[in-house]
Formats: sequence, structure tokens, C-alpha cells
Amino acid sequence: MTDTLLRTPLYALHLELGAKMVPFAGYEMPVQYPAGVLKEHLHTREKAGLFDVSHMGQGFLAGDTAALERVTPADVTGLKEGMQHYGLLLTDEGTIKDDFMFSRLAGEADMYLVVNADTKVGDFAYISEKLKGAATLTPRFDRALLALQGPLAVDVLERHSPGISALTFMQVRGATVAGAPAIISRTGYTGEDGFEISIDGADAERVARALLGESEVLPIGLGARDSLRLEAGLCLYGHDIDTTRNPAEGSLMWSIGKRRKEAKDFPGAEKTMGPQAIKRVGILPEGRAPAREGTEIADKSGRIIGKVTSGGFGPSLNGPLAMGYVETQFAANGTPVDLIVRGKAMPAAIAAMPFVPNRYRR
Amino acid sequence: MSEVRYTDQHEWIRLEGEEATVGITKYAAESLGDVVFVELPASGKAVTAGGTVTSANSALEKEPSKVNEDPEGEGWFFKLKLSDKSEFAKLMDKDAYAKFVDSL
Repeated sequence: MTDTLLRTPLYALHLELGAKMVPFAGYEMPVQYPAGVLKEHLHTREKAGLFDVSHMGQGFLAGDTAALERVTPADVTGLKEGMQHYGLLLTDEGTIKDDFMFSRLAGEADMYLVVNADTKVGDFAYISEKLKGAATLTPRFDRALLALQGPLAVDVLERHSPGISALTFMQVRGATVAGAPAIISRTGYTGEDGFEISIDGADAERVARALLGESEVLPIGLGARDSLRLEAGLCLYGHDIDTTRNPAEGSLMWSIGKRRKEAKDFPGAEKTMGPQAIKRVGILPEGRAPAREGTEIADKSGRIIGKVTSGGFGPSLNGPLAMGYVETQFAANGTPVDLIVRGKAMPAAIAAMPFVPNRYRR
Repeated sequence: MSEVRYTDQHEWIRLEGEEATVGITKYAAESLGDVVFVELPASGKAVTAGGTVTSANSALEKEPSKVNEDPEGEGWFFKLKLSDKSEFAKLMDKDAYAKFVDSL
């Protein structure tokens, strides 16, 4: 199957940097570089890390962009120029088909979208179909997307894109980086301050090399990307949320616009706005043993009340952590539960997220 | 006088007299990536390698990274009293294990 995998514009650079490549979402992607997942994770929290996320689905929506509200409960019409927002893509039943980012550059009529890699083809077909006659979505899977994350990301990027440090969290603008035209947003998937940089595929290697040439920056693979986002309490689509969950079960009601909640004008609104049997929560195991995806969660009498959807070891937390779904009556922070790891009940507690405080530059 | 043998599960077993020390090979440690947690067997536990655990390397509970740093030395997992040394003799020696790894 290896010969059918896609490659990002940075494939050759990953090999040159000594990356261990793995199949991910149909692409051959770097899971780690020689530094290893632990060091890459800690380096990102301490200095700056560069991620190749070119496998994600980028595209531009033209026409009546407000029609995007047909498929998302986010407040699309309320989006101000120069801002990026997080949204959920919903099925007709109101369950979560994907999560995505949408933004509009100042002075631009079109909306810029970024969806998940694994779902991008289906998402774009779905959005196009639902918005037919109102808006046109043009996929730009040829574009590259880099993420520069960490407390020193701003200093590094300012050297290659003068003035970019004026952006605050969730702002976006057209800029140049190392001479290449780019869409740069102050966003990310690590809980740290940082930027996401969309550029032409042809410019990707030059921009990546310029950023990696800075002493603060290390290349970071998907392994550390996963542990960073888990510590930040951020969902991984296909694991923590999917088409079997609605926004309320997924604890993502904050992503629904106030106007949309009042109008209840999105798919599945009645059910999503009603009582829920289960809820996504953070979980902290007491010992050192990590609980992986699929681990059953039991109450203290041994009854199964849920399942872990993401779990592992948090290098900054220096301990295991997990995310999962439990019956709503067990969802309060501090509730003691057991994780069933290899047949043994391992004590744990429901915990607030993020597990590591986020450090966005607001 | 000690002798080291290897399993196809990438464990090394070093026999000194009646006692065998068990760990994972450098190849295994590199394949696993950063080891962040090691669950050690309790003393007295019978294990499949054909013996009874006499002690475990409790240092790994605090510093699992020793498995990556020195898998065939300080990163040992536990010590065993072998019940049947003839089973040990059937395992791969260093050359055979090196060939096995090359074949993967």
C-alpha cells in the first residue's frame, strides 16, 4: 500500500532531517525526528517547533459564504474580517462530521477553510452539495500548511515576516514569509502561542528551511503533535469526536454562536440543546500507567460508564492523561472512577481541561 | 561467566549461574521510541520464559527513559530464577539475533 500514499511538498526535507515516516490520513508523514517525541514535545513548550500539516484540507469558499451556516452551528455571519473561528461541520442529524477553521482576510470576499486531513475529500463534497446555488468551494489541496508553535514562535516569525507579531490570538492576515505570499493566523493545536502559515506548495520547502534555520526551532512530528494537543484538551477528530456524537456530548457548545443557540437553526438543534446521556471529559489516572484509546471507564462499583477516546503520557504534565466519554452524572471534575487496564482497575479522576494551561497571546 | 541469548520478541536474557537478567534489545528500544512507563512483574511471579521472578529494576518506575538510554545495561527489567536451562539454550545467540533483525 505504501506506493499509494500521498506526500506533502516537504517529503524530501523530512527524509533529510531523519524523520521516521508513517502512513497517516493517506499521506506519508513524519511521526518523529531523531530528537524523539518527548524532546520534541518539551522543546515546543519551551522554545518553538515547526510542524508540517500540509495534509490538512485547505480551500476557499466564494459566493454567499453565510450559507455555510447550513452545515455548521458556528456564527459565520458574525465573523469579522481578519478573524479565524473554530466550527463544527454537522450531519443532517446534527452529529459531528468534522471540525474545521474558517476565516476571512481583510478586504477579501472569499472565506478560507481548513478541515481535517482524513475527512477533507468527503467534507468538501458535502459542503459543496449543501451550499449548491449559494456558494462555491474550491479545494486547494496543493497548498502547504506549516505550524510554528511555542513561546518563541513569535520572535522567529517576526524575523521572516516583519510586523506579524501585531496579530493576536485567532487573528489572520495576508502577509509574506521569507518572500513567499502567505495566509498567517495566530492559531495552533498545541495550547501554545503560535502561528499557522498557508503557502503555495512550491514555496513550502524554502519557507520551512528558513524557519528551521533559526536556532530556536526544531522540526516536530505527529507524535508530539498528538501529546501537545491532548495536554491542551483539544479534540482529535475520528477519536474524540465523530458522527456518533453531537456538539453537546462533545463538550463543544462553546463553538456554537449565541445567535444560533437562540434561533436553534442548525441540524439537530433540539437534541443538542436538550439533556445528554454522555459527555466528553478529561481524565487523570492516579499512577504512572497510561490508559490508551478504547480503555473502559468504570464507576467505583465496577459498572462500565464510558470509554477513553484519547490517552497517553503527557511530557509536560509528566504523567498519564486521557480524554473520553462518561455518563453525564459522572462528568463533574474530581469524580473518582476506575480505568480498566489489562483487566485491572486503575484509579483515576475526572479532570478539568486543558491539563496544561494554554498560553495563547490574546 | 555469563551468556546472553535473545528471543524473537526482542528480549535479551543474560544467564549468570542460576540467575537470568531480562530486558529488551537496543533494536526494540529504538523501535518503541521514548519509553514513558514500565510495568514490572512482582517477585515470585512465574513468567513464560520458564522461571520465577526474583527481583525487578524498580529504578525504571521513576526513570523509564533508562530503557532508551541503556536498554541492554541499566535498562534491565527483572531477574529470574530459571526453571529449565535447556529452554535458554534453544534461544538465539548474538549472531542469530543480528541476522533475525536484519531479516525484518
